[in-house]
Amino acid sequence: MQQKTPQTQRHTIAILVDNEAGVLARVVGLFSGRGYNIESLTVAEVDHIARTSRITVVTSGTPEVIEQIEAQIGRLVPVHRVVNWTVSKPGIEREMALVKVAGTGDKRVEALRLSEAFRARVIDTTHTSFVFEITGAPSKVDAFIDLMRPLGLVDVSRTGVAAISRGPEAM
Amino acid sequence: MDRDGSGMATIGSKAGTMQMSGAEIVIRALKEQGVKHIFGYPGGAVLPIYDALFADDEIIHVLCRHEQGAAHAAEGYARSTGRPGVVLVTSGPGATNAVTGLADAMMDSIPLVMISGQVATHLIGNDAFQECDTVGITRPCTKHNCLVKDPNELARAIHEAFQIATTGRPGPVVVDIPKDVQFKQGAYVSPDAVRHRTYRPKTDPDLSAIVKAVEMMAAAKKPVFYTGGGIINAGLEASRLLRELVKLTGFPITSTLMGLGAYPASDPQWLGMLGMHGTVEANNAMHDCDLMICLGARFDDRVTGRVDAFSPNSVKIHLDIDASQINKNVRVDLPIVADAAKALKEMLHFWKTQKRKADAPALAEWWKAIESWRAVKSLAYRPSKSVIKPQYAIDRLYELTKTKEVYITTEVGQHQMWAAQRFPFEHPNRWMTSGGLGTMGYGLPAALGVQMAHKDALVIDIAGEASVQMTMQEMSTAAQYDLPIKIFILNNQYMGMVRQWQQLLHGGRYSHSYSEALPDFVRLAEAYGCVGLRAETPDELDAKILEMISVNKPVLFDCRVDPKENVYPMIPSGAAHNEMILAELSDTEVSDEGKMLL
Ligand SMILES: Cc1ncc(C[n+]2csc(CCOP(=O)(O)OP(=O)(O)O)c2C)c(N)n1
Ligand SMILES: [Mg+2]
Repeated sequence: MQQKTPQTQRHTIAILVDNEAGVLARVVGLFSGRGYNIESLTVAEVDHIARTSRITVVTSGTPEVIEQIEAQIGRLVPVHRVVNWTVSKPGIEREMALVKVAGTGDKRVEALRLSEAFRARVIDTTHTSFVFEITGAPSKVDAFIDLMRPLGLVDVSRTGVAAISRGPEAM
Repeated sequence: MDRDGSGMATIGSKAGTMQMSGAEIVIRALKEQGVKHIFGYPGGAVLPIYDALFADDEIIHVLCRHEQGAAHAAEGYARSTGRPGVVLVTSGPGATNAVTGLADAMMDSIPLVMISGQVATHLIGNDAFQECDTVGITRPCTKHNCLVKDPNELARAIHEAFQIATTGRPGPVVVDIPKDVQFKQGAYVSPDAVRHRTYRPKTDPDLSAIVKAVEMMAAAKKPVFYTGGGIINAGLEASRLLRELVKLTGFPITSTLMGLGAYPASDPQWLGMLGMHGTVEANNAMHDCDLMICLGARFDDRVTGRVDAFSPNSVKIHLDIDASQINKNVRVDLPIVADAAKALKEMLHFWKTQKRKADAPALAEWWKAIESWRAVKSLAYRPSKSVIKPQYAIDRLYELTKTKEVYITTEVGQHQMWAAQRFPFEHPNRWMTSGGLGTMGYGLPAALGVQMAHKDALVIDIAGEASVQMTMQEMSTAAQYDLPIKIFILNNQYMGMVRQWQQLLHGGRYSHSYSEALPDFVRLAEAYGCVGLRAETPDELDAKILEMISVNKPVLFDCRVDPKENVYPMIPSGAAHNEMILAELSDTEVSDEGKMLL
C-alpha cells in the first residue's frame, strides 16, 4: 500500500455471485493465479431467497490490470455482475474494526479521549484494557489504529471494505 | 418429460419427472446431449456409472490406457467434429491423471465434459481411499466445475456442463459425482427444463462496431487479417464467411497455429502461419501493416514476440467471444465481443450493402511488398541426398496423402512446427495440435479420438520420438478398437526443440536433451499388434509412406531424420517480428524444385 508506482490505483470491485459451493475459492484463486493484489475482501450472502452473495474486493493495479481483473471475474460462470465503484460512480465505502488497547494511567486516558474524537465505541472494558469498535472509511480506520499503536495496541480485527453506490439505483 | 420410460427407471411422484439412480441419470443425460462416444477408465468410485454403461448399448465407451490419454482423445474428437468430447474417470489418481488434458483443453478452448467419480459424500474430507479434491485441483484449469451432492441436481449439472463447455468460448467442464450419489435415486430432468442462473455468453456483435470496422477496412492501405482458433471454434460457417470476406477485400491473411485450416493454404492471399516460427511474409506483414484485423486470436506471446515492438504503426480491430482477451496483451482500437460467425456475417453484410471497396492502388503496393518478402522463401531448407530432412519428410507425407481425407495431429516440438509450416490445410477441423499448453504426448491419443469420429479418414500423428513415448501406451487402445492411426515419428534422436534452444541460447550445452535408450519402434509396434515401419534414407521414404497408408492397421513409422536440423525462420523470444533469424542455406543456391526433391 505504501510504495505504488504512479500508475497504480486502488479500486473497489463489487461482485454479485450465486452463493454456490466454491464460489469464493474461484474468485480468490483467480486473483492468486493471475498475480493480482487483494488488499481486502469481504463476502456474505445478501439475498437469502435468491441465494446471492456479494463479494467486495479492494485491489490495486495499473488501469490495464484493473480492466483485466474485471473481465476475468466477469468470465467466471457463477458471477452475476461486476461493478468497479472507483471507476463507474464513486461508491460509499465503510469498514469496521475491533481494536484492543491495553494499558493504564495516562495512556489509557488518552486512548479513551481519542476514541471519542473518532466516534469509536467502547464495547469491552477491563481495568487494563478497552476494545473499541470503529466504523468508517478505511483511511479513518487506518488513522485510528496508528494513533492507538503507542498507546498499547495489542490486537486488531478488521472486516475489510463494504461498498455501495450513492443514489437510488442498485448495483 | 418421460419419453420412452426405458429400463429400470420409474415415473416419480411429481408429474413429469422420472426417478432413476444417479448413474442412470448420467447415462440418460449424456444421451440426451447427443453423446455417442466416451473416453474413459474405470475405478472404484465410478463403478455404478460403468454398471449403467454396461446396461446401455448405444453409447460407445473407448477404454484408453491412461486418463491423460482419454482426455486428449476426447480433445481430438472434439476438435475434429466441433462436438464436445466426453471423459469418464474415477476419483483420486483417475482425476489427477486427466488434469493435463483439462489444462490443455482450457488453453486451446476445446469443449470437454469430464465426469469423475468421487468418494462417498460422508467420506469427503477424510483422506479416504482414492480421495482427492478434484474440484479444487481442476478449478484453475477448467471453464467450470462442480461437485454434485444431491442426485436430484445431477441431471441439471450435466446439462449445464454441456451448455458451458460448448457455448461462448468453449472449454472443459468437470462434474464430480460421489459414489453414493451415483447409487441414490433422483429425479431426471431434460435439457430443455434447465436454464442456467448466471451463464449468458454474449455472442451478438455490436453493429456500430461492425460498421466502424468495415469503414476502417475500406480506408486501410496495408491491411492484414490475423485469425486464430476462434474461427475454427465458431464452426464451419465462420470459415466459409471468412473466406468470402478475404476474397471480397483482397487482403492478405495469416493465422496462428490454432487457426490453420480456417483459410485454404493453397490460396494466393494466404501468407502462411505467423509467430515465432511463422513465415517472413506473415510476420513482416504483421509488423508493417496499418490495419490489423484480428479474428478469434489472442495475441499470445508466441505470436507477438516483443510486445512493445509489436506492429507499432497499426490500428487494431479485435474480434473475440471472450471479453477478457480484449486489451490483455496488446491494446486494441476497436474491440468486438461476439461469436466469429455472427460478426463475420455482419461484416460481409455491411461491406456489401454499403458498397465498400478496398483501396486498390494502395493494396497493390502492399502486395508488392508482401511478394518481396515471400520471395525470401523463408521455409526453404538445405536438402540432402543421404539423410532424410524432416522438412522433406513432411513434404512427401503431404504429397502422398493429399488426395485423401487427411486429419493431422501432432506432438510438441520441432516436428510440430515443421508440420504447421509445411503441411497445407484446406479445411478447418483437420489440424489438431496442442498450442497453448504445448503438451508432449497429445498427438497419439488425439489421433485416436479423431479416428473414432472419422472411421474412414486417414489420421496421422506427426510425432517426435520423445513426445510419443509420453502416451505410447495408447497404441494398445488403437489396436483394441481397430483404429488405424498412423504415428509418423520424425525421429531425430533428440528433444529437438530443446536441443535447438540449447544450441542457440545455451552455448551448445545439450543438457539432457538426447533421446538415450530409444526403443526399437518397429518391434514396439509389433508388440502392440500394430505395424512398424522404418525409413532411413530419402530413397526409400516414398515407398514406406505408401505402405503406411495402405495398411489398414495402426502404424508406428520410425522416420529417421537429420538429428541436427533446426526450425527456421525463428523470432527469438524477446525479439520483434522484423528481427527474424533465417535458415543458413547452402552457399550455392538451389532451385525450388531442387529444394523439394533433393
Ligand atoms: C509434457 C512436456 N514436457 C516437456 C516439454 C518441453 N518440451 C518442448 S519440446 C520438447 C522436446 C520434444 O522432443 P520430440 O518429441 O522428440 O520432438 P522434436 O522437437 O525432436 O521434434 C520438450 C521436452 C513439453 N512441451 N511438454
Ligand atoms: Mg525428437
